[in-house]
Amino acid sequence: MSNIILKAENISKQYRLGLVGTGTIADDLKRWCYKLLGKEDPFLKIGEANDRSSNSSANYVWALQNINFEVNKGDVLGIIGKNGAGKSTLLKLLSRVTSPTTGEIKTKGRIASLLEVGTGFHPELTGRENIYLNGAILGMTKSEISKKEEEIIEFSGCLGYIDTPVKRYSSGMRVRLAFAVAAHLEPDILVVDEVLAVGDAEFQKKAIGKMQDISRGDGRTVLFVSHNMAAVRNLCTRAIVLEHGETVFEGSTDEAVDYYLQKENSKLSSTGIYTHKEEDLQNGFSLKSVKLFNSNNENQSLFLSDEYITVVVEYVLDKTFNDIRINLKVLSKNEDIIVFTTSSHSSDETDKKAGNYRTSVRLPKDFFNKGQFKIAINAGVPGIEVLFPSSYVLDFQIEKLTPSGSITNTVFPGITAPNLEWNVTKLAHDK
Amino acid sequence: MNTDQKDQWLYTISSKRKLIDLNFKEIWRYKDLLILFVKRDITTLYKQTILGPLWYLIQPLFTSVVFTLVFNNLGAIKTEGIPPLLFNLAGITAWNYFKQCLSGTSSTFKKNANIFGKVYFPRVIMPISIIISNLLKFSIQVVIFVGFYIYYVSIGKDIQPSSTLWLFPVYIIVMALLGLGVGMIISSLTTKYRDITVLVGFALQLLMYMSAVPYPVSEAKKKFPEMVATLVEYNPLTQVIEGFRHMLLGIGEFNLIGFLYTLGISIILFILGLIIFNKTEKTFIDTV
Repeated sequence: MSNIILKAENISKQYRLGLVGTGTIADDLKRWCYKLLGKEDPFLKIGEANDRSSNSSANYVWALQNINFEVNKGDVLGIIGKNGAGKSTLLKLLSRVTSPTTGEIKTKGRIASLLEVGTGFHPELTGRENIYLNGAILGMTKSEISKKEEEIIEFSGCLGYIDTPVKRYSSGMRVRLAFAVAAHLEPDILVVDEVLAVGDAEFQKKAIGKMQDISRGDGRTVLFVSHNMAAVRNLCTRAIVLEHGETVFEGSTDEAVDYYLQKENSKLSSTGIYTHKEEDLQNGFSLKSVKLFNSNNENQSLFLSDEYITVVVEYVLDKTFNDIRINLKVLSKNEDIIVFTTSSHSSDETDKKAGNYRTSVRLPKDFFNKGQFKIAINAGVPGIEVLFPSSYVLDFQIEKLTPSGSITNTVFPGITAPNLEWNVTKLAHDK
Repeated sequence: MNTDQKDQWLYTISSKRKLIDLNFKEIWRYKDLLILFVKRDITTLYKQTILGPLWYLIQPLFTSVVFTLVFNNLGAIKTEGIPPLLFNLAGITAWNYFKQCLSGTSSTFKKNANIFGKVYFPRVIMPISIIISNLLKFSIQVVIFVGFYIYYVSIGKDIQPSSTLWLFPVYIIVMALLGLGVGMIISSLTTKYRDITVLVGFALQLLMYMSAVPYPVSEAKKKFPEMVATLVEYNPLTQVIEGFRHMLLGIGEFNLIGFLYTLGISIILFILGLIIFNKTEKTFIDTV
């Protein structure tokens, strides 16, 4: 007996682009005539894949196209993708806010959706009254809410204000109260949009903790949409990647996140050479190239963990500067900054006059863990002006070596993996 | 095996829809929400006002006074021996209930787009909650009507409710069905075509004059051009207002055919409204 609790079969959603205007009536009539004649909807055939940035010629667009997936009981499914990839549309369909143009979603459990916290809060009602109203809107019954009232109030931390109209609340308090209600929902399937990105740091931590409890402890099925890759990795057991309304990847969370980030980063050069295209010298500075070299002075983008990585930056100065700095950042693929380093120059003007320059910095060996890293460069006059805004120029890959010198596939957690010394001493007073 | 599995699904989300897809079990499950919506509507309407629910009384009372001055004193419309104020109050109380049901439900989709866009619950809960909360306002207005009624009787006016008084709840249901039906149709149309919102405001105003609110039908027959008089007579609302006054004040005749005609129309409009509302609720969020 299968454990499938939710199944999406071939779901697609079509939207109309542009204004709803006079064309709408004409299209509606046409559609209606076709229906009367028993023909297929003429507008379902047209429509392009959804691409936000390119100018599309069709009036109709597919926000989602032929999405198929299954969710087992207890799964926490992450849905990731760029803005406009169709994530929210998918959530809307799942939470029955709107229905798909074609296809079906079948479910065996009650779905509660959290596309927003505090839906239906009425400013004139008190906190307590809003707990009931919001809870009921989200699908709880009055007795269910009564049982949890104390818990909700405690979780929100708004006890002192609970009998004050919500319009007197600070926005943070409102969100806390709203999330508290939502967190105490007990549906079979919970659909969550990026509502975690609310509240102060303390509350966010609490919220993520609660989400973890819900998914891990209670074995609830959760569908989770987020841009926060760390949260997705943390919470989800499986993930799908959407792009232009289509599923491009489905699998384990780590693979999916890697796939997504790789796609995002594929614009970067991975040859170990970056050449700057524009030759603009507007503010007297121009970046020419950034190159990576290994210990043998070979141009590379793949490094072994026991190799030094030398970053060579070439730039042109068009005038004499009083001071100048080249800054280099190494980032993990989640875009956390791991290393920040700034160039050092002589105290006089010898290396700040107009001319061509090359500067280099050596990154330590036995420092990075296996994985993908990015390099970002910027340049400026400290405290005065930005000559070259921070931008990603290169990425590189590290392969970890075992002590014996062979490449290993075992990955230990962590972004860095420096070689550290461990000491074991047998204690004397032991028998 | 395949059919076996199909039976286990709790529900299916798809584009296909039945003509009327009212899931009463589901609506019942959301009954607490219905109650809370009604409570919200009532408690928040006059928050931070000094007179509070007194406003429920002031509106019909002043309208009745103005109607009496304009139509009965100035316009000399006869009210068949009933004090004009009481006559107008009866008509306005009934009319107000219909009007508020209609205008309340007609903005269901537009007004609640932000909630409907985020959470699912049976959408029909919203218009039903409006009907119920208006019922409470209506009953307050009935109380002042009864107050004046007692006053006029105590000063010796000969007013008697007719034997059709037992139809009172039926009239309320008819008005609710009419208001709900038309309101749901309008709210569905406004999701795409906003023109209708503009129309509703003044159409209701005009409709009141075509529904024999400030005058009895007998007067209309005497003084209106024939075509207009027929229009007024065949307006289902006229039947409701006339019947309502007949029931409470004992004027005119009880028109059984007119009553059944109105009942029929209101049921048809209600079902039509449900069908259209149901068709709209699934995707309105894409167009609203």
